[in-house]
Amino acid sequence: MLDADFFRRWLTNAAAAVDREAARLTELDSPIGDADHGSNLQRGFAAVAATLEKEAPTTPGAVLTLAGRQLISTVGGASGPLYGTLLRRTGKALGDDGEVDEARFAEALRTGVDAVAALGGAAPGDKTMLDALVPGVDALGTSFGAARDAAREGALATTPLRARKGRASYLGERSVGHQDPGATSSALLFEALADTARGTDEREPGHG
Amino acid sequence: MADEPLVGVVLVSHSGPVADAVAALATGLARGGATAPVAAAGGTEDGGFGTSAELISAAAARVDRGAGVAILTDLGSAVLTVKALVAEGDELPDGARLVDAPFVEGAVAAVVTASAGADLAAVEAAAMEAYDYRKV
Repeated sequence: MLDADFFRRWLTNAAAAVDREAARLTELDSPIGDADHGSNLQRGFAAVAATLEKEAPTTPGAVLTLAGRQLISTVGGASGPLYGTLLRRTGKALGDDGEVDEARFAEALRTGVDAVAALGGAAPGDKTMLDALVPGVDALGTSFGAARDAAREGALATTPLRARKGRASYLGERSVGHQDPGATSSALLFEALADTARGTDEREPGHG
Repeated sequence: MADEPLVGVVLVSHSGPVADAVAALATGLARGGATAPVAAAGGTEDGGFGTSAELISAAAARVDRGAGVAILTDLGSAVLTVKALVAEGDELPDGARLVDAPFVEGAVAAVVTASAGADLAAVEAAAMEAYDYRKV
């Protein structure tokens, strides 16, 4: 079963992963975006980690809705409302239960991913976050590790795609040949999730 | 209609100066009698390019007179942030809505119409009509 602490550790691990990869995310965002994806997410997830530590919500749903709210208000780019909506809708779908099983979480995350698609009007293949989120959530029924691998492969597979949403879509054919920064950060969230599920002890000092 | 509250208008741009200038333009073109409350929410809180949910929420609260708030946006994250705030339910005043309109022309139409005492639906319709004005 997954409790509030699991979700808090997930987001704390995600903040650490975003922090570690911020320069790479911004670099990916330079040729096809406005070179702020890494710094935007770094600011947003740092605020999430700080808020979760301060307010210490006691249910999985409350952890995710609070984190989502924080991302919407602190990121400053399109990824804020998109990731914020992902976490909030997932959190709302989990309700007030103190613990949820993995199947229930996978179902709730699907609701969140669907809300992201509706908000941005995007579909898989448009070279967006969804190209990692959808395969990730599809594989979550198998295992956290399978979800991590599927999301990573989905992100890598955005390279030959032509962007059809967001700023990169203005570039048309010139967006081809670049890995999508949003799909890359989405894959990082699944990587942090798999790390959290493995309960890696070396991360323990990081969440105090 | 003298005592009827006016619809408020919020202008959300990636750039603070753009939002401020469009607000000044729309208010200037609507002058004559009462002018509807207009607030600009441009850029990030530290003055950079981007969108701030906090600035948008504060701007909407500032122009809310109880008759609804029409929110107009420019690009990408401005649109998505307002949509996400509307979906939140408790972040914006009751009756605040994202209006699908071109930013500058729609802002002028919205502020002129709101200043005349029109309701939110009429303000929204006037702003959306700006899409129909062809320039060539």
